[in-house]
Amino acid sequence: MKPEEINRYYFSDVNSPPGVNRRDFLKKLGGGIIIVFSFSAYTVVNGCLQKKEEEEAGDVPEFNAYLRVKEDGTVDCYSGKIEMGQGINTSLSQILADELEVPFESINMIMGETSLVPYDAGTWGSMTTRFHDPLIRAAAAEAREVLKELASEKLQIPVSELKAQDGKIISINNPKKNISYAKLTIGKKIVKGLGEKIPLKKPGEFKVIGKPFFRRDAVEKVTGVAKYTADVKIDGMLYARIVRPPAHGSTLIFADTSEAESMEGVEIFREEDFIVVLHSDPEAAMLAADKVKAEWKIPDAKADDETIFEHIKRTAVDTNVRYKGGDLKKGKKESAIIVEEEYHDGYKAHASIETHAATAVYNNEKLTIYASSQTPFGTRQAISERYSIPLENVLIKQIYIGGGFGGKIYDQQAREAARIAIKKEGTPIQLMWNRQEEFMYDMFRPAAVVKVGAGMDKTGKLNYWNFEIFCAGDRGTELFYDIPNHQTTVSDGPEVHPFGTGAWRAPGNPSTTFARESHIDIMASKINMDPLEFRLKNMNNQRALNSLQLAAKSFDWNKELPEGHGKGIAVGEDAGTLVTVMVEVKVDKSSGQVQVIRAVVGQDMGQVINPQGTIIQAEGCVNMGLGYTLSEDVEFNWKTVKSKNFDDYQITHFSTVPETIETVLADAMDQPPQGGGEPAIICMGAAVANAVFDACGARVFRMPVTPERVLAALA
Amino acid sequence: MKEKIEFELNGKKVNVELDKSQTLLWVLRTYFNLTGTKYGCGEGYCGACTVLINNEAVRSCATKMGEVAGKSVVTIEGLAKGDVLHPVQKAFVEHDALQCGYCTPGMIMNAVGLLNQNPNPSREDIIWGMEDNLCRCGAHNRIIDAIQTAAGEINGGK
Ligand code: FES
Ligand code: FES
Repeated sequence: MKPEEINRYYFSDVNSPPGVNRRDFLKKLGGGIIIVFSFSAYTVVNGCLQKKEEEEAGDVPEFNAYLRVKEDGTVDCYSGKIEMGQGINTSLSQILADELEVPFESINMIMGETSLVPYDAGTWGSMTTRFHDPLIRAAAAEAREVLKELASEKLQIPVSELKAQDGKIISINNPKKNISYAKLTIGKKIVKGLGEKIPLKKPGEFKVIGKPFFRRDAVEKVTGVAKYTADVKIDGMLYARIVRPPAHGSTLIFADTSEAESMEGVEIFREEDFIVVLHSDPEAAMLAADKVKAEWKIPDAKADDETIFEHIKRTAVDTNVRYKGGDLKKGKKESAIIVEEEYHDGYKAHASIETHAATAVYNNEKLTIYASSQTPFGTRQAISERYSIPLENVLIKQIYIGGGFGGKIYDQQAREAARIAIKKEGTPIQLMWNRQEEFMYDMFRPAAVVKVGAGMDKTGKLNYWNFEIFCAGDRGTELFYDIPNHQTTVSDGPEVHPFGTGAWRAPGNPSTTFARESHIDIMASKINMDPLEFRLKNMNNQRALNSLQLAAKSFDWNKELPEGHGKGIAVGEDAGTLVTVMVEVKVDKSSGQVQVIRAVVGQDMGQVINPQGTIIQAEGCVNMGLGYTLSEDVEFNWKTVKSKNFDDYQITHFSTVPETIETVLADAMDQPPQGGGEPAIICMGAAVANAVFDACGARVFRMPVTPERVLAALA
Repeated sequence: MKEKIEFELNGKKVNVELDKSQTLLWVLRTYFNLTGTKYGCGEGYCGACTVLINNEAVRSCATKMGEVAGKSVVTIEGLAKGDVLHPVQKAFVEHDALQCGYCTPGMIMNAVGLLNQNPNPSREDIIWGMEDNLCRCGAHNRIIDAIQTAAGEINGGK
């Protein structure tokens, strides 16, 4: 999938999975019971269906994942999804264990390696839980039913009198009569798609789903054994360092590599302005790269981090209406109180602690790449096309990823490593970007402007809502407030941004949620109404209300706060989950410093597979989100990115985080599961900005909410 | 200029022929294949590269081999005793104090260094002792709790 296409999914409301195909994958597999399944045949109505015709025609149904009950009774599940810290390895295992009635430990998840697992479009957009979980459950249930049928034959007991339990099929009437999965599968190879009516367990029957499970990979990670891309070592490997221009869009005037070349062990690889220094010692490669004298012409500046918002409004002029109802003019005219404001948000970096890395080797016309990638199959496709290597000769090896957050979708580093490796046939090449490259070539969360106009009557009933988004997409912007006359537009343009932009955890949604929820608070304050009461009065979405009420209860909203403290709310929707965040802050009026004391997350996310994993993701959202809220801002002068390391781009530190983060989940086990890795992060900006206003009366319209901006708003 | 540098690494005497100006982080990763010590920023801001030198937590990306000579270095790989995890490692597992795990070795080494200096840290002490170790996944609260648990075990136990 191309980056533009990924961005399209990412920045908009995704309600169905992108179609994917992959056939004929099974010949290499050993025996057992194999259930294949796919996104394309997925339906949200009552579980899952798989078209039968293909099977009847003797063909293998299309699929992009499968599970296999092996002859030793353990279960492998192969999926193109990848684990990057979000814990899906654990939650998917839970689903399988429960529906298949086997111990959690006997599940083995194999993820993301292109030679071992079927095609998958990538791990992003909180789609794993929403679209993958139901399928995995159905596949496990299908396998269980196949096992029952086999046992029925062996034990001569009708299927209706059998049940699955602890890796065995047992007779309901006489538990002594039983047979293990291992015995049932031995010597067999049965391949099936998903049947049409698969009996799934009811929520009340769950034994493993809904129970807290700790992550499966912790011991490897605390002992340093877990291998990430740059930890791969291959004999004869050379470390690559690319000579980079000072700014995007630069043209090389001249380069003199002679001094670098004279250094011991240095090899120079050059194709026009792509100059690479190679060495068997990574540090020697760095030192030599510094010795390359290069002069670049950089493009004229058009905007910087201060003027970017005016530039955006000037250049993002492709406007689309996304949501609309009633009559805007009428609504505005009928409103007794009207407030119009503009909200700004700067560029944000993904800034995962692992930088982009790739290790590549080209041998016998085959290219093998270890890449820290959220989209192994997309990377394979792109490289295959770019370098004319047949798809089956490009192998992407998936290992641990040191954080993605949407930043490891675009895989420039893998393409660069491949470019070198192909020309240096037989020599393994490792490329690890340094932090400066990471800040330069990141696909940043775009800077955005949101103009909001809102109107209401004197009692606080909203009647008019004009929401104009520039560069943040419409993800999560369908209103959950009852406003008869409303319109939401999105404006963008092809050449707005000075550098690459892309998906950043819950793309666009933190910027739009900041604007909407700040504005809702302003409306409440205009009539001196409590912001919780104001929301309750205007909200028309039951799941949003659920999340709001859950959070309010845990937070104890009406409790008196000490002098100098304030509380704030924000509500939002992301990836099918409705979320409310409430925070308490302390503001130092003399310095403008904001300290978040505590946070409560209320979430209605449908069925919860692993509450432990969900809570950890929500905590991560709060803490990561405080970075963009309070301090993160990419500094730049047009195509020159001035933020180069963690000193001039401040992410969350230990002193930033609240002392407590409480996560409360709506009891909705009978509802379909929704995304949990991203929702809470969208609310952080507005929740904090609203709390700052409550604490000291300073209203900040631009993120991050820095001490300077708080002081300026107070003045 | 290359010369012989001797030091102790994870309890064993080792020596390498290297230039004194080479950086410990890359030497550990490249010549000893100890890749648990991670690169995150290269300039001392993130702590992913933290190791112990003579029991003190140090940024290996800012440490030259010349400074290491004759000293004792412990990396994340040298912390457990066989299969028995160090109390800090164990507490990280028990508190689920990690997500992607990339910052984890540096966090653990920094925490061990902190406890070496201050066996009984308050929550504040932990926050300020860990302040410059960065975690993008946001596992901070659990890391603080894990360090408190480990301190309790080290003091109370054995
Ligand atoms: S790599 Fe050493 S402090 Fe970041
Ligand atoms: S666990 Fe991912 S950076 Fe800390």
